[in-house]
Amino acid sequence: MLDTVLFYFFASLAVLSSVLVVTRRNAVHSAIFLVTALLATAGIYLQLNAEFLFITQIILYVGGIMVLFIFVIMLVNLDVALHQVQFNRQWWVAGVVTLALAAQFVAAFVLARNSPAGRFVFGPPQARAAQLQPNTELIARTLFQNYTLPFEIASILLLVAMIGAVVMAKRKV
Amino acid sequence: MIPTSHYLFLSLALLIIGVIGVLTRRNVIVILMSIELILNAVNINLIAFSRMWGQVDGQIFAIFIITDAAAEAAVGLGIIIAFFRNRETVLADEMDMLKW
Repeated sequence: MLDTVLFYFFASLAVLSSVLVVTRRNAVHSAIFLVTALLATAGIYLQLNAEFLFITQIILYVGGIMVLFIFVIMLVNLDVALHQVQFNRQWWVAGVVTLALAAQFVAAFVLARNSPAGRFVFGPPQARAAQLQPNTELIARTLFQNYTLPFEIASILLLVAMIGAVVMAKRKV
Repeated sequence: MIPTSHYLFLSLALLIIGVIGVLTRRNVIVILMSIELILNAVNINLIAFSRMWGQVDGQIFAIFIITDAAAEAAVGLGIIIAFFRNRETVLADEMDMLKW
């Protein structure tokens, strides 16, 4: 019961603040609502027995990436853009494309519901939550035993991104 | 416990909102924020399936996606700063130097 209440609270908070991110005129307001959406998503992670990702989401997204966004909003002068039209002229094409995408996904859900494997997704989940504990230890073991090469590649990706960001934001190359 | 399908529908809703933001907004910074929303929707999916099968591999993928989002945000915002220095605009439909 409490599970359901928490899920619908976090889910409605995430969806509502996501809508506000997309529709607000001022980019700073969008950034604030994006923080709310990311925190609500973190709550969903906690509910899904992913404690490590809950903390990672708060520290990395809310603490790191959002600060970066706010910095850039302050560096870039948005006063002119604030008083112009916020949506482009092709918005109705975008609406049709998005509706088609949503229809495809809903059709996929309906098909999956009638398939033999559908009971895993739509039925009540088996009591497997204990298998994900202790969460941080399991993640560390899997990450460094089975996913060592992707981990190293991710570190190279971050190095490249760091160098790229510094070079592009520099005044004179 | 809540069925996995509920999480999939939440993820679908966030994905659709993010796609609408990417396709309709003119401000490049808000477009980048919408991309972050889409990546979050993917993470919800991966973690919901991770709980469904009782294996942490989905959470590992989610960690890689968060890494990717950080790299993308850093490079994208660097590009926005460099572009604003040259052209004094952050609107996506004014970035039309490749247009004939």
